[in-house]
Amino acid sequence: MLKFTVNRVERSFDGDPDMPLLWYLRDVLGLTGTKFGCGIALCGSCTVHQNGKAVRSCTTPLSRVAGTHIRTIEDLSRSGLHPLQKAWVKFNVPQCGYCQSGQIMQAAALLRSNHKPSDQDIDDAMAGNVCRCGTYQRIRAAIKAAAEEVA
Amino acid sequence: MTAIANVSRRDFLQGMISAGALVLSVPWLPEKLWAEGSSGFATRADQAALHPSVYVGIDIDGTVYLIAHRSEMGTGSRTSVPLILADELDADWSRVKIEQAIGDKRYGSQDTDGSHSVREFYGAMREAGATARLMLIRAAAQQWGVPETECTTDLHTVVHAASKRRAGYGELASPASKLTVPKKEELKFKPKNAWRYVGKGTPSYDIVDLCTGKADYGMDARLEGMLYASIEHPPVLGGKVKSFDDKSPLKVAGVRQVVPIDPFTPPHAYQPLGGLAVIADNTWAALEGRRKLNATWNNGPNAVYSSEQYKKELQETARKPGKVVRNQGDVDAEFAKAAKVVEAEYYIPHQAHASMEPPAALADFRDGKVTIWAPTQNPQGVQEVVAKQLGIPEENVVCHVTLLGGGFGRKSKPDFIAEAAILSKKSGRPVKVVWSREDDIKFDYYHAVSATYMKAALGPNGKPTAWLQRSVFPPIGSTFDATAQYGGAGEMGQGFTDVPFDIPNLRAENGPAVNHVRIGWLRSVANIYHAFAIQSFANELAHAAGKDPLEYLLDLIGIPRVFNPKETAPGSSGPPEGYAWDIGRLRHVIEVAAKNAGWGKSKMGKGRGLGIAAHRSFLTYVASVVEVEVNDQGEVKIPRVETAIDAGLVVNPELTRSQFEGAAVFGTSIVRGCEITAKNGVIEQSNFNDYPVARISEAPYHTNVHIVDSDAPPAGVGEPGVPPIAPAICNAIFAATGKRIRELPLSRNNLAA
Repeated sequence: MLKFTVNRVERSFDGDPDMPLLWYLRDVLGLTGTKFGCGIALCGSCTVHQNGKAVRSCTTPLSRVAGTHIRTIEDLSRSGLHPLQKAWVKFNVPQCGYCQSGQIMQAAALLRSNHKPSDQDIDDAMAGNVCRCGTYQRIRAAIKAAAEEVA
Repeated sequence: MTAIANVSRRDFLQGMISAGALVLSVPWLPEKLWAEGSSGFATRADQAALHPSVYVGIDIDGTVYLIAHRSEMGTGSRTSVPLILADELDADWSRVKIEQAIGDKRYGSQDTDGSHSVREFYGAMREAGATARLMLIRAAAQQWGVPETECTTDLHTVVHAASKRRAGYGELASPASKLTVPKKEELKFKPKNAWRYVGKGTPSYDIVDLCTGKADYGMDARLEGMLYASIEHPPVLGGKVKSFDDKSPLKVAGVRQVVPIDPFTPPHAYQPLGGLAVIADNTWAALEGRRKLNATWNNGPNAVYSSEQYKKELQETARKPGKVVRNQGDVDAEFAKAAKVVEAEYYIPHQAHASMEPPAALADFRDGKVTIWAPTQNPQGVQEVVAKQLGIPEENVVCHVTLLGGGFGRKSKPDFIAEAAILSKKSGRPVKVVWSREDDIKFDYYHAVSATYMKAALGPNGKPTAWLQRSVFPPIGSTFDATAQYGGAGEMGQGFTDVPFDIPNLRAENGPAVNHVRIGWLRSVANIYHAFAIQSFANELAHAAGKDPLEYLLDLIGIPRVFNPKETAPGSSGPPEGYAWDIGRLRHVIEVAAKNAGWGKSKMGKGRGLGIAAHRSFLTYVASVVEVEVNDQGEVKIPRVETAIDAGLVVNPELTRSQFEGAAVFGTSIVRGCEITAKNGVIEQSNFNDYPVARISEAPYHTNVHIVDSDAPPAGVGEPGVPPIAPAICNAIFAATGKRIRELPLSRNNLAA
């Protein structure tokens, strides 16, 4: 029996320990804010936080989730919108929006460790997150604006 | 008119011929704009106290329900189309609730492609809004015993200024509903200076949901008791199952069934590809079960398809005379006496759509009816295709439209939705079909691979006296007619027969090409390869003539005038009435982009350069100037793009700017590394490792979008930003390095110093 928390709720799982966290979140818990994009950690759509660090849930088997705390986009902000979400709204970042949960979770992990990211820091942190609509320049602007608000 | 929702070959070809110049579908308006509910499926708008059209309902609490009948894939149509109605109704946007329509012919065309939504429904939305507003005004005037001409509206309220009386839309909804719906001739439209929303910029209606994980896409659809399916398709188009292991998949915990899906009958059109579906309790189990199938296949005739060989064949064809699709003057006579002749060939491989949400759909079949939740660009097309696949009437197919995690033309094709319907019928349970990224890349309706041959004779002043262009690509028509080898009027009219240059002798030809994979339309379609060849060649000629590329391009385009390609290319579809080319508008966007880029103002440093390209597609004039930096290792950075557009009246400037920013990234992906190739009929790419769409570090750092003021009718915005990007980048690379890119992607070229 694997035990862990998802969005502060204790969970246990006794199925296939190889099942990626992504499918557990989406199909078992119904937390569909975390998206399936590539299945092999190339696009970042499935990004969640594991003990505060950004991970790709599509390649994180539940065996490696045991004993850790998972947070998804649904629980990113516990009151109103997270500063990143506010900035995302202000800069009208999303087009189709599908990748944006992952983008925001990735950016949130970046801001936790870096309160004033440079362009290069943003490129380095966000290069694993693909947006086919091409919203990158707005993502960059929103991250900078949110960083100022957090700082 | 008929819509391309009808997938029969006859209808498709008719569509291509009658109106296909701009799109591969024929939008149409409902016969009766005010038709009552025909599907038996009532919307909140239908049920509201006042509902004078299918698109709007006003309830007694003042809530305005607006129907979004076009699909939302990121272009903003779910916001911008209802916004037009809200403005004309003088409604308070914060009291508007948008409902997504199911597939239903009463809404007119719901086929969301061809950058159509705003330009096709601008008039209908205004009429619907003005109608409701007039009824509210009349109801108030009757209550107050004053002439309706003395009443006006002010944000959700009818006002009689003389008596200072005011009544909200909610309290007027019931009395207004008892009035006769006014005739079109009675309607009065708001003057431009009274517009609240149109032209101002309104965020997406769904913006908060999109940022909080609450937005529901097709991939997210859920039903009680549903199962999940993953499908192994034949690796070669038209292949059939030879053998498979029907036991091992069932040993995977959670796997319920292995269900074969029949192969299609040619032409493939929108039919499922066939194959083997593994149905399970969750997606992971379905994927795991699928890995144990060990399927073998009879590949069939398309196993001959190898891109390396096919490229040579396309290029050979492009060097030979083809079918003449436009001819003016005497090109051959001019070449015979020319002092200077320039030739060049261009090539772009297949592209995949690779929307971030892979194809996915949920279907629930019971009692001879099927209910579907799907990220589709064309819900009426879903009804038609699914009805045929299941052998049930179209009205027994209810198609709910979810948000789309990107579309780009892929989700116009309902093959994956039909798979879900078939599997639900066979399993007796609701089934969600989930395509993996590998499925998406390997089984797309690909953008056509293309080869283009260009030749020009230069006169004494360097300007062409003769121009020959020849385009070869497997046509979209091959999806609907297995024998089709020539481009349809739709493809030829996309930047080819309508090349707007002021050259006395000009011929355009199209050579034949056989398809071996499914060919579909991708954001801006044939404009991609036509603009790449023509705008690159224009740049080559400028350098050959020793002229500044900007001045040369303007000279090629010629003086401001009206140009109607119908006159120069008989048999081509040409632009719709009122949309002949206005060369002055094209010149203007070029000048605006160049000015903002500082063209010619300062010397660029080593390894830096500016490139320009301009194109009209989907009735929108676009020019882009791209700045590149190329280092000694040959790595290309794109610090800046300046794009100027004349899209006529722009309903939502904010979302329009987004579209053109995104188009610059989309074009960058085509240039940098995206290519789909086949070997022995099998697609060689599989995921973002070998189909590398541009990432944040590779995209243009910043794209500035300049929207030119225009009183022309609204034109497209979703697609027209793409075509100029590839040639503008490659022209900039030439300016920076002296190296000419004639074959994409860039990763096939060596730019190292």
